Amino acid sequence: MNPFSSGTRLRDMIRAIRACKTAAEERAVVRKECAAIRAAINENDQEYRHRNLAKLMFIHMLGYPTHFGQMECLKLIASAGFPEKRIGYLGLMLLLDERQEVLMLVTNSLKQDLNHTNQYIVGLALCALGNICSAEMARDLAPEVEKLLQFRDPNIRKKAALCSIRIIRKVPDLAENFINPAAALLKEKHHGVLITGVQLCTDLCKVSSEALEYFRKKCTEVLVKTLKDVANSPYAPEYDVGGITDPFLHIRLLKFLRVLGQGDADASDTMNDILAQVATKTESNKNAGNAILYECVETIMSIEDNGGLRVLAINILGRFLSNRDNNIRYVALNMLMKAISVDAQAVQRHRATILECVKDSDASIRKRALELVYLLINESNVKPLTKELIDYLEVSDQEFKGDLTAKICSIVEKFSPEKIWYIDQMLKVLSEAGNFVKDEVCHALIVVISNAPDLHGYTVRALYRAFQASSEQESLVRVAVWCIGEYGDMLVKNVGMLDVEDPITVTESDAVDVAEIAIKRQSSDLTTKAMALIALLKLSSRFPSCSERIRDILVQQKGSLVLELQQRSIEFNSILEKHRNIRSALVERMPVLDEATFSGRRAGSVPTTVSSSTGATLKVPNGVVKPTAAPLVDLLDLTSDDVPAPSSSGADFLNDILGVDLSPASAHSGTSQAAKNGTDVLLDILSIGTPPAQSISSTPDIFSPSQNQKTPVASLDALLTPSPVSARAASPQAASSIIDLLDGLGPGPTVPENNGPAYPSIVAFESSSLRIMFDFSKSPANPQITVIKATFTNLSSNVYADFVFQAAVPKFLQLHLDPASSNTLPASGSGNVTQTLRVTNSQHGKKSLVMRIRIAYKIDGKDVLEEGQINGFPRDL
Amino acid sequence: MIHFVLLISRQGKVRLTKWYSAYPQKERTKVIREISGEVLSRGPKLCNFVEWRGLKVVYRRYASLYFCMCINQDDNELEVLEIIHHYVETLDRYFGSVCELDLIFNFHKAYYILDELLLAGELQESSKKTVARLIAGQDALVETAKEEANSISNIIAQASK
Repeated sequence: MNPFSSGTRLRDMIRAIRACKTAAEERAVVRKECAAIRAAINENDQEYRHRNLAKLMFIHMLGYPTHFGQMECLKLIASAGFPEKRIGYLGLMLLLDERQEVLMLVTNSLKQDLNHTNQYIVGLALCALGNICSAEMARDLAPEVEKLLQFRDPNIRKKAALCSIRIIRKVPDLAENFINPAAALLKEKHHGVLITGVQLCTDLCKVSSEALEYFRKKCTEVLVKTLKDVANSPYAPEYDVGGITDPFLHIRLLKFLRVLGQGDADASDTMNDILAQVATKTESNKNAGNAILYECVETIMSIEDNGGLRVLAINILGRFLSNRDNNIRYVALNMLMKAISVDAQAVQRHRATILECVKDSDASIRKRALELVYLLINESNVKPLTKELIDYLEVSDQEFKGDLTAKICSIVEKFSPEKIWYIDQMLKVLSEAGNFVKDEVCHALIVVISNAPDLHGYTVRALYRAFQASSEQESLVRVAVWCIGEYGDMLVKNVGMLDVEDPITVTESDAVDVAEIAIKRQSSDLTTKAMALIALLKLSSRFPSCSERIRDILVQQKGSLVLELQQRSIEFNSILEKHRNIRSALVERMPVLDEATFSGRRAGSVPTTVSSSTGATLKVPNGVVKPTAAPLVDLLDLTSDDVPAPSSSGADFLNDILGVDLSPASAHSGTSQAAKNGTDVLLDILSIGTPPAQSISSTPDIFSPSQNQKTPVASLDALLTPSPVSARAASPQAASSIIDLLDGLGPGPTVPENNGPAYPSIVAFESSSLRIMFDFSKSPANPQITVIKATFTNLSSNVYADFVFQAAVPKFLQLHLDPASSNTLPASGSGNVTQTLRVTNSQHGKKSLVMRIRIAYKIDGKDVLEEGQINGFPRDL
Repeated sequence: MIHFVLLISRQGKVRLTKWYSAYPQKERTKVIREISGEVLSRGPKLCNFVEWRGLKVVYRRYASLYFCMCINQDDNELEVLEIIHHYVETLDRYFGSVCELDLIFNFHKAYYILDELLLAGELQESSKKTVARLIAGQDALVETAKEEANSISNIIAQASK
């Protein structure tokens, strides 16, 4: 005997593994066994190969790697005896999956075994093929399987039928070869063949409309008769399940009839009687009977309309729904979802029962019921149903709250009859399950609040109360802090009292408390804290009496370890201390948030008006490039392309809300994130409609009494427009005060990231005889590359022949010239030649482009050469 | 169609896995972990269906073993419960009141029986009798092969004496 082969039998190994007390012990035993098996594999041991493979399969089930045994499967399959093949095929199915290359090696053995004289071996091969074959194998072996559909032994025919299903799922084009042999199987008496044959035909219909037509025409009646026979069959012990003969066959026949009846009135008509019989006569006291009824109901719902049958079906579902068995209730809910599209009224009748199911102790049932309730809600029943759901939110399991909250929010948003109801419901949800409310939902709420001026006072008081009751829900805290920041004065002065409210007394200091708690509570996340800081800044102007206290809180946050908070608090503190004259304008109430913009953004689209308006303001006369124009373009242009792509639309929106407040400080700070905030601010400002042109003109007096300006938008706009560079050029004081505002936060003015596709064209070169225009464009993906379109115009009255344009650039640039559109330039500007240049600026953002050019051409055979240098490129190319 | 069949003990040990859809080996471990987490944590008397990754797992507990089958959303859950029971009855008939130990020591037999019941994720045979007959036929083939091998080795042994 081979000294390496493991002496232990399979049974002994399993025993040894089971005897292990710890995982480490088990690993040791498995390691020893694997070592022995590897050794045996290396020795090419024949005698114990099948035993070793069996051991490997057990080890595999325990979760250990067994890839080294894959080839052993192939060897066993290739051997002659049945026992070896049996274990070999089992190993193949267990240890390999269809994606492994090794599998291809077995194709040949499979082919031989499919043609074997021993039918059990044929069966093994069919089984392996049906369970793991890949598309290539399916193609290679389809003819064999097709032949086996007519094999003499029914047990091979049924295996071949299921194997064919795998083949057509992998390679749908092969379907038509199987249609005729599959139809033949439907006439059989053997239940196994019938079941698999019906299944094969159903699958063929899924992949081939030709098959569907064929079976519909030729087989509908046969199938109806078969179903009738099996439904009326006397007691047959071999197939009996709970008093019903072969429920499996019933179900497959019903499923196939459904496929045939769908969309075909004649076929549907043929099967009406038998469906009615199955629906009424089937015993429903056992699971098997219910399974048939369930399938029958689905078929009735799917085939062409027959009023009477549908009433029957809905009644069955009603009975299911009141069943005590959870399984039956689950499937009833499942089916009612499909029934809604057929007969919504009938489903509405069960509303109360369904609502009870939402509160079931079983998570699967709850989930189904919630989906169903969601579909049942309409304008007329939204109020009572929402009330029920919100009441239930209080007592539901933690893990269900997420789903439930999402559905409630969605219902409230979709069907809300009035704003006050919307706000009330959302506040309830926030108080109960604020931690499960998604960011977008909060933003939507804030937009709605902002758009309901007569409810501002009511909302902020309600939020204040809710906050007092529970400050543990993140989203509630956020919304409350935002509203108190915006409408804190209304809270204190009880502005806009509604009849339904009880008056409350809140002092200014109480309102500041809310923001302070929000900053200091441990569980607050960064966004909440940042929002609280902004609220404080706003309150400092609304409540002068608390201004000192607010400054103290801000000062404490100066030491925050989170950069964002530290930066904000330093900036805000600076506003409080050094810029009292602009503070009240800065922190004025947010303009009403535009619902259309928000919903548009939510849907993932940026309002197009923005880019077109920027485009319009950019038409600077050719050649004359104002020094301020380019940076301004940059700032504005960011809006069109640089809306932060990765962030979700909701978060983006949040940026806007924050950004507008923050903008004076952060838009110019060094971090790119802040720059993005600034971008969004601009976006908003633009979408609100302040023409940027106006702000250009107001540049010099930015910091002069901007309080005079009518809207805070305008003042923000004026503040923002000049980039640090241009501001410094225009008015030194203004520039220094911007830097001042940053207060030691890295004085370097930002060079805004540059993606703008629009740059003014320039006249690059002009002599008495020739003019060259440059048009610029940039791909947003790669700001280093500028594509220049050069247009040459002949100013003389002579035709230029052999026209050649050459250019040279310094080392930090790379230049690529495309061929010119022509080498002949017609006289007197009567035609142009264009040529594309591609410049890569490795010092992008630090150095501008420069270029030397040389133009050579011939006038009447005489060479002319012109040279020049181009310095007037727009900045930031 | 049935995407996979899992037998898991109450302690979370895997007793049988059969994959009819393509799940790479690594994914299989993850799937098993997820399913056992979902199924084993469910209390008694709840329904036998768990929604999982857009599919449904139908499970049924027999003594210490959970039989799980994963199906499509629109498949008939009640029928799958019957299929599970059908398999258990077939095992019972083969082993004679089957218990978990039978399935541990004769795991390959459990696979052979499953292969006569299901193929390509679809039901193959609704008669327990037929399945029993087919398995018996194959077992007999194995027995004869063994006997032949023994008698040959006996002859060789005697000849070499």
